[in-house]
Amino acid sequence: MIKAAYLHIPFCEHICHYCDFNKVFLKGQPVDQYLEALEQEMILTLQKYPTDQLDTIFVGGGTPTSLNAKQLEKFCDSISRNLPMSKQLEFTFEANPGDLSKEKLQILRNAGVNRLSLGVQTFNDELLKSIGRVHRAEDVYQTVENAKSIGFKNISIDLIFSLPTQTITDFKDSLIEAFSLDIQHYSAYSLIIEPKTVFYNLMQKGKLPTPGEDAEAEMYKLLMEQMEQYGFSQYEISNFSKPGYESKHNLTYWKNDFYYGFGAGAHSYVNGWRRSNAGPLKKYMEQIADGNLPIFQEHQTSKAEQIEEEMFLGLRKTDGVSISHFIEKFDMDPLQIFENEISDLIAKKWIEVKKDNIYLTKTGRLLGNEVFQSFLGVIK
Amino acid sequence: MNREEKLKRQSKIRNFSIIAHIDHGKSTLADRILEKTNALTSREMKSQLLDSMDLERERGITIKLNAVQLKYKANDGEEYIFHLIDTPGHVDFTYEVSRSLAACEGAVLVVDAAQGIEAQTLANVYLALDNNLEILPVINKIDLPSAEPERVRNEIEEVIGLDASGAVLASAKAGIGIEDILEQVVKTVPAPTGDPDAPLKALIFDSLYDAYRGVVAYIRVVEGSVKVGDKIKMMATGAEFEVNEVGVFTPKSLLLDELTVGDVGFLSASIKNVGDTRVGDTITNAKNGATEPLPGYRKLNPMVYCGLYPIDTAKFNDLREALEKLQLNDSALQFEPETSQALGFGFRCGFLGLLHMEIIQERIEREFKIDLITTAPSVIYDVHMTNGTQLKVDNPSNLPDPQKIDHVEEPYVKATMMAPNEYVGAIMELCQQKRGIFMDMQYQGENRVGIIYEIPLAEIVYDFFDQLKSSTRGYASFDYELIGYKPSSLVKMDILLNAEKVDALSFIVHKDFAYERGKVIVEKLKELIPRQQFEVPVQAAIGQKIVARSTIKSMGKNVLAKCYGGDISRKRKLLEKQKEGKKRMKQVGSVEVPQEAFMAVLKMDDNNTKK
Repeated sequence: MIKAAYLHIPFCEHICHYCDFNKVFLKGQPVDQYLEALEQEMILTLQKYPTDQLDTIFVGGGTPTSLNAKQLEKFCDSISRNLPMSKQLEFTFEANPGDLSKEKLQILRNAGVNRLSLGVQTFNDELLKSIGRVHRAEDVYQTVENAKSIGFKNISIDLIFSLPTQTITDFKDSLIEAFSLDIQHYSAYSLIIEPKTVFYNLMQKGKLPTPGEDAEAEMYKLLMEQMEQYGFSQYEISNFSKPGYESKHNLTYWKNDFYYGFGAGAHSYVNGWRRSNAGPLKKYMEQIADGNLPIFQEHQTSKAEQIEEEMFLGLRKTDGVSISHFIEKFDMDPLQIFENEISDLIAKKWIEVKKDNIYLTKTGRLLGNEVFQSFLGVIK
Repeated sequence: MNREEKLKRQSKIRNFSIIAHIDHGKSTLADRILEKTNALTSREMKSQLLDSMDLERERGITIKLNAVQLKYKANDGEEYIFHLIDTPGHVDFTYEVSRSLAACEGAVLVVDAAQGIEAQTLANVYLALDNNLEILPVINKIDLPSAEPERVRNEIEEVIGLDASGAVLASAKAGIGIEDILEQVVKTVPAPTGDPDAPLKALIFDSLYDAYRGVVAYIRVVEGSVKVGDKIKMMATGAEFEVNEVGVFTPKSLLLDELTVGDVGFLSASIKNVGDTRVGDTITNAKNGATEPLPGYRKLNPMVYCGLYPIDTAKFNDLREALEKLQLNDSALQFEPETSQALGFGFRCGFLGLLHMEIIQERIEREFKIDLITTAPSVIYDVHMTNGTQLKVDNPSNLPDPQKIDHVEEPYVKATMMAPNEYVGAIMELCQQKRGIFMDMQYQGENRVGIIYEIPLAEIVYDFFDQLKSSTRGYASFDYELIGYKPSSLVKMDILLNAEKVDALSFIVHKDFAYERGKVIVEKLKELIPRQQFEVPVQAAIGQKIVARSTIKSMGKNVLAKCYGGDISRKRKLLEKQKEGKKRMKQVGSVEVPQEAFMAVLKMDDNNTKK
């Protein structure tokens, strides 16, 4: 059963130097038509692949809060109209500090949004500027305060580390600021330079002074240490929360469960099929106007792929892969299928197997990709 | 045909090659000529037909020669028989080029109207002049906005000393001037001379192995004629055969009864070994044959050796089969099995030069799907032992202990470089760096200098040609010939990874350069070998003495934080790519070493010379 939905708003007022997600400048875009197409996609999809009720809805981007109040209201209405929501629904909106007015906050609150994910990235204004963000640290405090006053009780912020010129001290300062906010959840990602970004072009020219692999590792270690110290438990490679505030939506991906993906360039995993939607707005809207699902690519995962994904996604969680769940799902024992790989990884001290779980050690968390690769191509 | 008819036909034959720098339009011109002579319907026309191997197309060079027969109705109303002979374009294959030029009476010299004469062209023009070919200059790409035909015309006159007043202005791409070129071929290229009734003399300028017909020799009949059923003899090897087939390529192969004076075509005679059809050898009649072979034959010996090892040790036999198959077509390729402690079972292979080596390596990887480790190339050293015996060493790791060596001799070449005046300084500096001994310098025309050095072949096989090109902006031409062995103070440098000697990384170096090279190579290896689970020391040693050291750090962090908005396929691709990269690495002791690291010794000079 499908219990999660991702919705994509591909508009931004400014484009960040590191972002390679599907997005366009807001100005002059057919936002209203896009929202209509998005609703149409929900209707078509739910007809074809119905579900009882959703436990999580996540609206990301782009910048969902770049919609104006009226559009935001209309968009929220279309979600409520079309997506069946469970009582324990986790309903998250991504937002930029700075363009989340009290009015917009109230609209979200009224629509049942109960979790905010703020793209803070760093508290160093100089760094914010150099990565192409327009908000400043001050906006963060203000936005969080406003959100709390409207009644939001589950707030998360995103942080990025290993930014160009960032030092370990810088990052530590940002963490201290972050802890002062009294919120429930943090996601922290190391910067990855992707093609088709400002940063990538700078890097190609040798003009991007990144801190390097060792500093990055230090920052990551610092992050894990500080989070623990401040009472946030790491439940996944990049995610930390107060007990009970783990993001259900994020966990959907790592548990290898199904999810809808609505909007231009969105990805979905529905009943064994991984699909991606057309990215360009025009293409996306045309396909919907023709009465079709706006699918760009699709692939039915084989059992071998499902098993591999169960491993490399599941191991991202601190709890790792549940052996009994694995057996129940695939009717095979992971300790048998991956006997050699697992004993090799245990010898390297990158994973451990205890009771029902296979999970990464602390060292293993730093070298996750090395671990994940081992499980690929094993099953023929 | 009687003698009269043969002589009449002979007078209508024109044999020629096209000489051009890469990208100056040789292949396009060849295509146009095929079109113009209706050799192919346009539907059959595969662009750039003469370069048939994929690898040739990608590198823009021709490795295997081809020859086609074309019929051309000239403006004088007569029909002429053209043989267009293609030539490879690299110094490794100079000898083959000289033999295919020897099969012609003329050459079309194609020069880019914007770029002018470039280095590679010159060496081949000189080869053509050595073979007494009539040269027809063509200034190509005149339709480019940057074309300067007059400047290029002057350059041809000044640099080569040819009369370029009649040079055809052409654009092979746009089909301009093609007919003029063909008319000039008719008028200027001499018809073959030679007596159709004399004993057979046919020049082998290439050969090819065919699974059904055995070796097919590409020949030019210089004297006499050859028919199916004739008994023939290879003059260099003495091997005798009975001719099964003769014919020409049009470009499709067309069987004939007889090839006679001036004909360029092929011959098969159940020849099993490509070594029996040596390029440059003369074919004559087995009985009452010619007494003197055609001039210019040379036995080709490999100049450069390297180890080829399958990354997957289980593929050793596949590699043997691949080498055997390639050797069927390439008598210059030699190989014998060898063992390396680091790399396991493989082959020590001999090549004509670096390009030849790279081509063989790429063909094995591509056509036979075997991932390879190639060790750095080496020459053959003559080692004189203290006990008076002599040893030939083609693998640096086999160099005996220094105490047992009286002295070592290494091969030297006479290197001839030609370039415009302004590059003399750069060339001399490079040659000095490469332990060259200055021999001679001559001015040729107003702005051209010929420089001769004696240089150790080992320095040439490293990256001399690339460095020469980059320090002269591609304007230097370069040729070399082996002149013999000279004593040198050479030592073996060993490389240790994680305190274990890796035999496949050993190399031989001049004593005076040893410390410097040791330092550079440990740094280079540090760059090329990815971080490992543990810290790995990299050491360079001469005997027991460590002369340089660097350290490959342990892995810091390799985990993808980003979630890519649920794009799991992207995550998977990334992991697969990383894993695929590992497959191409060789586990040496506890260290994973990528292919490039084994060639690191070649790249050492990058750091020194790039300013």
